[in-house]
Amino acid sequence: MFRPDDPLAPRDSVFDEAWQAQVLAMADTMVRGGVFTATAWAETLGAELRRAEALGQPDTTQTYYEAALGALEALTTGTTDLTETDLSTRKAEWTRAYERTPHGQPVILDRGRD
Amino acid sequence: MTSFDTEKAADLHRHLHSHLPSDPALRVKTLESLAVEKGLVASETIDAWVEAYSEQIGPKRGARVVARAWRDPDFRARLLDNAGDAIKEFGFEGSATGHLVAVENTDDTHNMVVCTLCSCYPFSILGMSPAWYKSSEYRARAVREPRKVLAEFGVDLPEDVAVRVWDSTAEVRYIVIPQRPEGADGWDEERLAAIVTRNAMIGTDRILKAEG
Repeated sequence: MFRPDDPLAPRDSVFDEAWQAQVLAMADTMVRGGVFTATAWAETLGAELRRAEALGQPDTTQTYYEAALGALEALTTGTTDLTETDLSTRKAEWTRAYERTPHGQPVILDRGRD
Repeated sequence: MTSFDTEKAADLHRHLHSHLPSDPALRVKTLESLAVEKGLVASETIDAWVEAYSEQIGPKRGARVVARAWRDPDFRARLLDNAGDAIKEFGFEGSATGHLVAVENTDDTHNMVVCTLCSCYPFSILGMSPAWYKSSEYRARAVREPRKVLAEFGVDLPEDVAVRVWDSTAEVRYIVIPQRPEGADGWDEERLAAIVTRNAMIGTDRILKAEG
């Protein structure tokens, strides 16, 4: 399963997708800003990882980062006045904004608001 | 019926041309835009963090710490005494290194680090953890059968070398100080740092080679 690093292999990129980096960036920034503690982050992430494993999710980085995102959503709505409804409303607005933005133009949130 | 089909076609057309990000990417965008509005994070901070950890902050930092410990007995003593303080002379301290502990390999002891709970890791000196460190397989097996895991990493540990597995937490994180290889006498810090591998500092690599 585990292989020693091949020194001649090209260096892997640290993150597969930008959102993965953004999840950890937000989590670390919120810990440093006192929004929640490092311990709360570790415990919530641990719980999300156990949940993913119990659901039979594959043991991959994608699963890991999705668990991290779930943990961040749970902690943000649990420790601030942001609610799950805020998240779902905003997500729907971003979705519409993307759908309504023609190629090559910046995606602006206002485009998703009716 | 016709109007429904027309709407559906228009909808499909919009979808095809919109480059709608993946579900997790949309959720992250959602969270970030709300967190910025609420003043929980600043978007410049997030961008700077992502750039730093994608490009600049990596295991080379930890390798320099190890190289200095090899060359400077006083620094080594300070590092083993209080690693979180000792690395301040490099400016490498960060939120993940407040309670950093350095553990040293010897002829008869090998140290190996895991986070059985999630993925706690001293990322401000080692960069982002490798994918295997976050895997549930490593997190479970490193504690249960460390020698077997080490063998899979290519480390055949003699029976008379003890393995100590350190379980990281949000509060306490570890860096392994590997043994200095023979044949690297008189090397400067930079040259020594170049032979220290990331895995050696996690403890899934043991014998470093004085090459280069």
